[in-house]
Amino acid sequence: MSKLTGLTLKGAIDGLRAKSFSAAELAQAHIEAIEQARALNAFVVETPEHALTMAHASDARIAAGQAGPLEGVPLGIKDLFCTKGVRTTACSKILGDFKPTYESTVTSHLWRDGAVMLGKLNMDEFAMGSSNESSAFGPVTNPWRSRGSNRALTPGGSSGGSASAVAAELCLGATGTDTGGSIRQPAAFTGTVGVKPTYGRCSRWGIVAFASSLDQAGPIAKTVEDAAIMLKSMCGHDPKDSTSLDVAVPDFPRFVGQSVKGLRIGVPKEYRVDGMPAEIEQLWADGIAWLKEAGCEIVEVSLPHTKYALPAYYIVAPAEASSNLARYDGMRYGLRVDGKTLTDVYEDTRAEGFGQEVKRRILIGTYVLSAGYYDAYYLKAQKVRRRIADDFTAAFERVDALLTPTAPSAAFGLGENQADPVAMYLNDIFTVTVNLAGLPGLSIPAGLDAQGLPLGLQLIGRPLDEATLFSLAGAVEKAAGFKAKAERWW
Amino acid sequence: MAIDAATVKKVANLARIREPEDRLEPLAQELSGILAWIEQLGEVDTDGVEPMTSVVAAKLPMRQDVVTDGGYVDQVLANAPKTANGFFVVPKVVE
Repeated sequence: MSKLTGLTLKGAIDGLRAKSFSAAELAQAHIEAIEQARALNAFVVETPEHALTMAHASDARIAAGQAGPLEGVPLGIKDLFCTKGVRTTACSKILGDFKPTYESTVTSHLWRDGAVMLGKLNMDEFAMGSSNESSAFGPVTNPWRSRGSNRALTPGGSSGGSASAVAAELCLGATGTDTGGSIRQPAAFTGTVGVKPTYGRCSRWGIVAFASSLDQAGPIAKTVEDAAIMLKSMCGHDPKDSTSLDVAVPDFPRFVGQSVKGLRIGVPKEYRVDGMPAEIEQLWADGIAWLKEAGCEIVEVSLPHTKYALPAYYIVAPAEASSNLARYDGMRYGLRVDGKTLTDVYEDTRAEGFGQEVKRRILIGTYVLSAGYYDAYYLKAQKVRRRIADDFTAAFERVDALLTPTAPSAAFGLGENQADPVAMYLNDIFTVTVNLAGLPGLSIPAGLDAQGLPLGLQLIGRPLDEATLFSLAGAVEKAAGFKAKAERWW
Repeated sequence: MAIDAATVKKVANLARIREPEDRLEPLAQELSGILAWIEQLGEVDTDGVEPMTSVVAAKLPMRQDVVTDGGYVDQVLANAPKTANGFFVVPKVVE
């Protein structure tokens, strides 16, 4: 059965259509892989019976000639997506044993198209983190290890369970969410493809809110084509999300493999940061050479406000989070710690239910929104955000897309960046600008470092121009020939 | 701007999170560190810049002001810590 888990999502769709194997066999192979991989701690809820029921229904639809675009494809779902009747906690203690009575729009699109749910994936609590260590269910371990070492590495975060599960072949694809880099950085750390679409492409309805003006759902997958297939299903207008864009969803998979000849690719000089490992500089240079070879024109561009993106983010995101997370008051769902007065109940419930990083961000958010500081912090950050977005608008007058590294390092050891919150925040230095400007971004595995760990390159596109990113990513994928896989130790 | 323990206590109170006394000083240091790093935003000239509240068009969609959903009390209460007779049960608010 190991052969079935080694398939790409596209390969599985083709195999199912050709009746080389059944959806039930495909689901069973993945269920067994998940059971054998508990050491990774990628899944926080396994739903094998649910998966087999869905798979049998897929087999019936395939037999009847009614297969959907994702018919019989087993997927993992980040625990931030509400799944009807299946525990959803955003990996926080404060949601307790919360079982939604409704389904998020994005996951309902996947099931509409025939996909099969294997379970819920681990993540940083409320998606706040870059290493998956803030999860109430403990950290996820990266299936990748440095050559000759058995040290446990982070898969990145916050979609660490999603990235780890795809890299370890526990599912054919996974949903993620990206507020500051939470799809792209884990993808880079695990040798997988991650896409954050344009803000508004995917409905946020039924996704536990972190920072509403930045949050976007997207896929983590094994190949560019697989990511394109998944994203096509996930997108689409939803009247239940007022920021959902009422625009047509392009046939993304069609753009993978298309010529990129004549496209102008911007290389932002501000992304050459001090202390960046030479291997990442080299990978970036390789990426530039590959796209040149494919017929692109390389243009140096300037995004002068890049260095201010992270500080602005750490005002905007905590401010929105402090507001969004005010709903966890112990009254209507989730944890309640009883106390003498109503205020005691609120304060003790929230003290007990939230982890350290979440509390830290709620406090920062509350502080920057409090009377007397609003203008100095929050308003200032929103103005800087406009400057950052304007930088991109100016760059996109000259180029069709941008090429950058995804993260400033390869995967680091669990526990390594715990002491200094700011050091952890710097992981998102290349990804966070994209969220602030609402642009689409894609991370693609492009090589290994000297320790044998995967490194990713990021492509950034114009608003709603994911199609060009898929063409470019296809070209990079082909040129990079990245075939390495994590050596199985679990 | 540095934050002291008293400010942390005030903010924690606003956020309705109980922080034990012995956490106030360490939190003050952590938050001061983060805020010191954020201070660099002061270098950016933002005179006359319109604050950005959303990346999508500012005009929100309109719809008819009619009931579109609801009528399932059981589902609404399904995850409540305490319920009675189709209501949430919460601690006494008014003495």
